[in-house]
Amino acid sequence: MITKTPKIDRRSFVIGTAAVGAGLTLGLKIPFGASVVRAQDGSPEINAWVVIRPDDTVVVRIARSEMGQGTLTGLAQMVAEELECDWSKVTTEYPTPGQSVARKRVWGNFSTGGSRGIRESNEYVRKGGATARMMLVQAAANAWSVPAAECTAANGVITHKPSGRTTTYGKVAEAAAKLAPPADVPLKDPKEWKIIGKPVKRLDTMTKVTGAQVYGFDLKLPGMLNAAIKECPVFGGKVKSFEAAKAQGMPGVKHVVQVGDSAVAVVAETWWQAKTALDALPIVWDEGPNAKVSSATIADMLKEGLNADQAFVRTQVGDVKGAIAGAAKKVEAVYAYPFQNHAPMEPMNATAKYTTDKCEVWVPTQNGEAAFAATLAASGLPADKCEVYKIMVIGGGFGRRGAFHDYVTQAVLIAKQVPGTPVKLLWSREEDMMQGRYHPVMQAKMSGGLDASGNLVGLHMRLSGQSILAAVFPQNLQDGRDNATFQGLDPSGDFSLGYTVPNLLIDHAMRNTHVPPGFWRGVNINQNAIFLECFMDELALAAGQDALEFRRKLMSKHPKHLAVLNAVADRAGWGKPAPQGVHRGLAHMMAFGSYVAACAEVSVSGGDKVKVRRIVCATDPGYAVNPAQIERQIAGSFVYGLSAVFMEECTVKNGAIEQTNFTTYDSMKIAQMPKVESIIMPSGGFWGGVGEPTICVAAPAVLNAMFRATGKRVRTFPLKNHGFQMV
Amino acid sequence: MARLTINGKTQEVNVSPNTPLLWAIREQVGLTGTKYGCGVAMCGACTVHLDGKAVRSCVLPVASAEGKQITTIEGLATGGVLHKVQKAWVDYEVPQCGYCQAGMIMAVAALLKDKPKPTDADIDAGITNICRCGTFQQVREAIHAAAKA
Repeated sequence: MITKTPKIDRRSFVIGTAAVGAGLTLGLKIPFGASVVRAQDGSPEINAWVVIRPDDTVVVRIARSEMGQGTLTGLAQMVAEELECDWSKVTTEYPTPGQSVARKRVWGNFSTGGSRGIRESNEYVRKGGATARMMLVQAAANAWSVPAAECTAANGVITHKPSGRTTTYGKVAEAAAKLAPPADVPLKDPKEWKIIGKPVKRLDTMTKVTGAQVYGFDLKLPGMLNAAIKECPVFGGKVKSFEAAKAQGMPGVKHVVQVGDSAVAVVAETWWQAKTALDALPIVWDEGPNAKVSSATIADMLKEGLNADQAFVRTQVGDVKGAIAGAAKKVEAVYAYPFQNHAPMEPMNATAKYTTDKCEVWVPTQNGEAAFAATLAASGLPADKCEVYKIMVIGGGFGRRGAFHDYVTQAVLIAKQVPGTPVKLLWSREEDMMQGRYHPVMQAKMSGGLDASGNLVGLHMRLSGQSILAAVFPQNLQDGRDNATFQGLDPSGDFSLGYTVPNLLIDHAMRNTHVPPGFWRGVNINQNAIFLECFMDELALAAGQDALEFRRKLMSKHPKHLAVLNAVADRAGWGKPAPQGVHRGLAHMMAFGSYVAACAEVSVSGGDKVKVRRIVCATDPGYAVNPAQIERQIAGSFVYGLSAVFMEECTVKNGAIEQTNFTTYDSMKIAQMPKVESIIMPSGGFWGGVGEPTICVAAPAVLNAMFRATGKRVRTFPLKNHGFQMV
Repeated sequence: MARLTINGKTQEVNVSPNTPLLWAIREQVGLTGTKYGCGVAMCGACTVHLDGKAVRSCVLPVASAEGKQITTIEGLATGGVLHKVQKAWVDYEVPQCGYCQAGMIMAVAALLKDKPKPTDADIDAGITNICRCGTFQQVREAIHAAAKA
């Protein structure tokens, strides 16, 4: 942590904390001389992003979270690029949300989702590095009494060219920290980049292979107790009663408490004791009216929306109804996509310590500021009496740990009942499966019209289903419309449609359920890509045209979409014979600012055993900060996307989610992993995301290949419901 | 009470005999490299070695581990030198979030003991751990690299 504290003895400017996973500590104003903010070890901040230690170590502050995608390393690369420091001397630390609030959000947005970590903060973190470099160079120039323009910096060494004198960042950091930051901070031309764009090694690998990495689940604090929790399995239900006495006498049990109005927790010496006692604790729920809801009733509600008169219109071009009515050939298909859980490997958890003077929370979170807000609300304490320490590494997020901090609220509510004692709340996998914030459920009715030459003259895409924004950020709805529903179908921007259709209507009949929806890796782009790209193949088939050629005719005004599609088609050998028994399928989209395409090669044996053999994937993210990590994100996104389309569905019975563990909610294994070939083709001039975009082309490319293999078009998911098995 | 030998060190742990080994390792012994992922032996995040064989410790009662050599991720490196699987994991930058990787590494180390030069089919049959980040492509490369080391 870094904090400014008033009225402090100048000799004691290092104030340690017990913060685990947060490396910064109190900075403060030196009473005389210029104002310098200091890190825990006394090293000066050059600015909020950069601390330089006397041994030339560069500490880069990272506001976004590292949950596996390599964001931490990529952000450090961007600061280091402009800083001109020695990459081998770079280390990182997280500022806390409390410090950020106290310093007028100097680190900007903490939210790590929507593939925004790098693309949204690239400019100000690079400026942070450039500003620090200019101050360090100026400090050296001042010491030598020479103009800064005669000095250069590289690898953390400053050189005065005319005299040949050199010094290092560590030696001038103190003086640099006292300088006023320059007003004009030019950034490098991308052509001059030396660290951005290189496959430098991640900064966080070693501890992950030795077992030394401390995740939130592993946190230990002195005197800490452990809590297990059960929330009413029917969303919206409440606790009616529970027989605390049945658990109270069990080994290790310290407290049995109600948490809010909907959950019960057991607090014990160890988590296993807490969970064992919780399992033995009879709880009666007041399930409320939602207990009548099932998957079938939800599906009926969505089905009604497919033909409803009223819908939120996103795109309307020409007269789609007239065009389809007058078309030589009409094609219609209805698709459906299920609820899905994020299922990160590390279940939800948070540790809280509460006194009337202070509430502290340690949590793996995608958004430290949102965790901080949840802490304030649950504790009832003001911002200056709360702090959140982000755990350095998160065991997977995928959207579950960003907008939602229900587990933080719970941890604080438990801690308030045992003041002064830190309590670590861990969810069981069952709790994690049943208390998700699910991928929204959605259906689509696709209607298309072809003229006599097989040209697409009209397309109507009617979505019917849940709105995430209505449930999570209703203030972001636009006249009631949830634009996030239309990911990949927008007329322009980061999620733009790659086709020009003369008569086009895309609309959404919002049908919300009691099952709480949430952002998910890719989220709405995933089903929209299936709906659109599978239907494009259906239209091409009806037109008697090649799937690639049919698309190309609609893409002349979308050169970047076309470029990635062409790239995968070329690499995969589209149009050339595939090996015996192997069938190909294509898909492309734009998501999170990046253009992505995939060509899948699939074989099907015995009618239902599907082997995804090879996937060629292309992405144009504008700039590729770390190509090695982008390759890993591409390959990983296919695991998430193919697991989703083949295996994953959360069904609702009596108002609750039926799947409780990986036994009924499976995920791909290594045996099912296709060979993934990545084509990274950054065209420059924009910043696209990496963690999510490619997930959306996984499913439609494979589905289109499966159709060619089987002659059967599957339109409801997951594929396991149709007997298809991934081998 | 159970008497466990973990990473060469024998110690008494104060738990009921049906406590899963995972929780004794994490909560009594304090070694947290071994992870909880599902509690039903589905995901493999809790994989440790019992007399050199990979086992899923989340469903194994401590009583059945008594008198056996238990190795956790913390005990895989010897004398400060990474095990060849760990080294390959670093060289190939396998981990993303990393949460499942201790279990993955332990499963692979046991596989390589049985099959020092595994084929892709051996890997497919022997490694059934879940990784939600989807590191399998790098896992496979790194296994082959470790086998050559």
